[in-house]
Parts: sequence; structure tokens; C-alpha cells
Amino acid sequence: MIELEHIVRTFRADPEKPPVTAVNDVSLTVGNGEIFGIIGFSGAGKSTLVRCINLLERPDSGSVRINGVEMTELPPRDLYRARRKIGMIFQQFNLMPSRTVGQNVAYPLKGSGLTREQQRQKVRDLLELVEIGDKVDAYPSELSGGQKQRVALARALANDPNILLCDEATSALDPQTTGAILRLLSDLNRSLGLTMVVITHEMEVVKAICRRAAVMDHGEIVETGDILDVFSAPQHPMTRNFVRTTSHLSKLDDLLREKSPMVRLKEGQVLTRLTYYGQTGISEPLITSAARKFDLDLNIILADVEIVADSMIGGTVVIFQGAPDRIDGALQYMRDKNVKVKVIDDARVPA
Amino acid sequence: MRESLLEFLRAWLPNLMKRLPEFWKATCDTLLMEVWAGSICFALGLVFGIVLTVTKPGGIMENRPVYQALDKLINLFRSIPFIILLTALMPLSRLLMGTAIYVRGVIVPLVFGATPFFSRQVESALAQTDKGLIEAALSMGSSPFEIIFRVYLRESVAPIVRATTITTISLLGLTAMAGAVGAGGLGDFAIRYGHDRNMVDITWVTVVVLVLAVSAVQWLGEMLARRNTH
Repeated sequence: MIELEHIVRTFRADPEKPPVTAVNDVSLTVGNGEIFGIIGFSGAGKSTLVRCINLLERPDSGSVRINGVEMTELPPRDLYRARRKIGMIFQQFNLMPSRTVGQNVAYPLKGSGLTREQQRQKVRDLLELVEIGDKVDAYPSELSGGQKQRVALARALANDPNILLCDEATSALDPQTTGAILRLLSDLNRSLGLTMVVITHEMEVVKAICRRAAVMDHGEIVETGDILDVFSAPQHPMTRNFVRTTSHLSKLDDLLREKSPMVRLKEGQVLTRLTYYGQTGISEPLITSAARKFDLDLNIILADVEIVADSMIGGTVVIFQGAPDRIDGALQYMRDKNVKVKVIDDARVPA
Repeated sequence: MRESLLEFLRAWLPNLMKRLPEFWKATCDTLLMEVWAGSICFALGLVFGIVLTVTKPGGIMENRPVYQALDKLINLFRSIPFIILLTALMPLSRLLMGTAIYVRGVIVPLVFGATPFFSRQVESALAQTDKGLIEAALSMGSSPFEIIFRVYLRESVAPIVRATTITTISLLGLTAMAGAVGAGGLGDFAIRYGHDRNMVDITWVTVVVLVLAVSAVQWLGEMLARRNTH
């Protein structure tokens, strides 16, 4: 359990200038075994916030409680011990280039009370766990990015932590490798019951593995909750912006701006954006049943539906064509099925 | 065979061959100065370089007064020309070593001359350590001392070896100067005979010996550095 309360962290690069606030009064709670995402554009303060959890950054004020222990009050020795139970992985992996893979993973085991042979066994087990057991004697410079992150993960797990902090852990990896690492993180979360805090600027990462997420902007958390709610019904403009930039539906804005023939309406047509929320009615064939029921032609221009936390979210851009009152009926039918309907352009002849 | 070689050397290096025992002694003196001053300077410079690195703003044991004091002190001694340092430190040398001449008497100024230089070299070698490694070590619960030995020093073996090479070679230059205050050594030998008495063969042979010494140090340093780079 991670409890952050009213965390403030400022930096003063230049004594002449006023300090820059990197994290401004942030409170959040991450439950045991949860994968919690923190997203935001770069410079939003995510990295500083996550470093406040293991006190790599000491907050100016506020409270950091890990499993009920107030971290900010621990004397140095106890803090070092507490950090052993909080693993961390980084965007740049941070493996020690002069040590082999095995030596890197063994680094945090010094002083753990294990014998040499037990340490060797532990290193082997950890490397098996991250599916890279054959690289024990390789140097980091001989590994690919994905392999390096696996080694870093094994090292972070060496002291059997119950918390794992991931600071942009997949941002330096290609999409395929990102997928593999995210699956691994997800598996570890399930098999070891690890609590994870995942910092990222990539929506895909949060969508792929998080149940709950917070959106950060200018040092503050502007939105937090179940990722289904956050992504299907973003409240804050910043979140909406984030969701929009990652959705294919944002192409509609381009098409409209370019006055593309795709969205130029003939008389009697209505251009709409339909947005789906979670489970609501998506399993039903809404488009075709509306078309049949109201005797309309529906032309899908764009569609983007994603599975987030086992539910579908997303939307379609559809041109309705048919009798004006029947179109109204169909739109109402959609609304009744809990679909958000937005009429973008209406070329019906007023009756 | 052996006779004809000696004949040849006597013909070409007449002055040197007449002073061979003195030449060996000078070489040994230079070597002694190098080893003694070099070892002390290595230990002190390593400590100062580490202290500078960890106490500087943003370091793992940030400490402004300590950093500022050491930083200024190093700059002070680096600005003093060595030949002045040699004479200025004579009283201290008498106090510490009991004499201000011969090899014993020149160790103190040699250490004062080379340590600030080496400290800076170590500082810049350690500065090449990726900040991310320090952060990772902190996140794994390492104490500052553990980070010094298991991250900073361990990851900087190659650059520290290179720094040692450079310092050893520049220290060799300083030992030649030390000859001027009566320390003996190759520099003194070359000046006394090669220059003052115009025995050109002595100058040449001294230069050759020094070139060989520098090359050997450089080669050894490069080999060790390469072995420690992965």
C-alpha cells in the first residue's frame, strides 16, 4: 500500500529565480497488488513524483507512507533497508557496464545474508523468471534494449520487493518489445502480487496493464480513477487532449478542416460521432440494428474501438442517410443504448 | 662479441661509459622518487577526487563547505609553479622527512605538485559515471559509501587507469626538475654532465631512457584500461 499525502517538491536551479514546482500538492493511494498508471506529457512531474515514493527525491512537504511506515521520518540506515523492498526500473535501464548480467543482478544481494551459492541460485532463478537465463555471463553492452530491461527487472526483483516502480520503462523500446515487457510486468503482478506504479507518456502502456490511473499536468494530478472512466469519459481538458491524440478518431478533425470529400454531406445526410462507454451495448450490433429498425443507410467513415481493462471503449464516425424523422429516431435509439451521440454536421432539409 | 660491443659503446658514448655507476644511481633515484611520490599521490588524489565528487552540489554526500575548501585548495596548489613549490616547501620537508635534499627531501614537494593534478583527473574520471547508475544504486538501498566503492570506483577503473598514466608521466617531468634542488636523478645527471660539461652523449642517453620509461607507462596504462572496458 502506497499512500502519498500532499506531496510538494520544488527545485531551485538558480538562486536568483523563484523555485520551480515539479510536484504540487499531490495525494494518491495505490492499493496492494494494483498496477497504477501515472500518465502525462514530459515535464509534468511524473518522474519526480515516483521518486518521492522511494525518496530518491525528498519532498519539501507531505507524507509518504509505504505499508503504513512513514518513509520521510526513517533514519538513513532504515531508509536504505526500506528501499530494498521497493524495486525500480528506468527508461535507460541503468545497468552497470563493467559488470556482467549475473553480477548486475547480484549487486543488490550483497548484505542480504545469502551465501555465495544461494546468491548464485537466486540470480539464476531471477534470470529464468524474466526469460533470459542464458545471458548470465554477457555484458550489458552485448544485449538489446528489451534484454537490458529484463536484466534490470531481475535486478529490481532481487530482494523480493512488494512494490515495483517503473519510470518510463518501455519508452526506449520498440512497440513489439514494449508489448513483451508489458506482458511480463503483467504476469509478475499476478504471480508475485507486486504492487506497481507505472510512469509513462504513452497511453498504450496504461491501457495495456493498468486498472487505475492518474493524469498529471504541471505538477498536479488533474484526473484519477478507473482507466475505463478516465479514457472513455475524460473530464479534464488535458486528459481529453491525451485521449484524442492517441485515437484514430482525431482524424475526423483533419478531414473536416481539409473539407475532405469523405465528410462532405449530400442533402438529407447527418454526420455524427458515436462514442461508446465501456460495456454498454457494444456486444449488440448497434449500427446494423439501427439501420434495419429505422430503415436507414449508415456509412462508417472512421472507427476506433479498443479494449481497455476488459471493456470496449472508442467510437465511430457515421453518416446517417434516410428520412429526417427516422434519423432522429435512430439517434435517440443510440442514446438509449448509452452511446454518446454528437451531431457534427446536419444537411437535412428543414421540414 | 661482448668485447666488441663494449668497444663500440666506449667509442660512441665515451662520457657515459666512464660514469656508468653514477648513471645507474641516477636512474634508480628517479625510479625511487617516482614510486614513492607516485604512490602517496595516488592514494591522496583518489581520496580527494572522491571527496570532490560526492560533496559537490547534487552529489550523494553534498557538503558545500568541504567541497568549497578542497576545491579552492587544489586550485591554489595547481597555480604555484613547481620550481617555486620546491623551494617553498623545504621547511615542511625538513619537518616531515628530516631533510630537504636527496630523494627523501623531494618527496614532499613532488606530492604537493602532483596530487592536485591527479585529484582533478580522478574527479573528471568519476564524473563520467552515468548519473542513472547512481540513481539505480540508491534505489536498491546502497549507502553512499557502498556507492563510492561499488559504483563510482568499480565503473571508473578504465578512466582512473588513464588518469594514473598521465599523472605518472607528468610526475616524471617533475622529478627531473627536483634534481635542481639536489635530489639527484636522471634530470640532474643530464644537466650536470650533458649541459654543464657539454657531454652530448649523456643528454641523448638520458632522453632515450626517459622516452622508453614514458612509452612503457603509456603502454601498460592503455592495456589495463582496455582490459577494464566492456
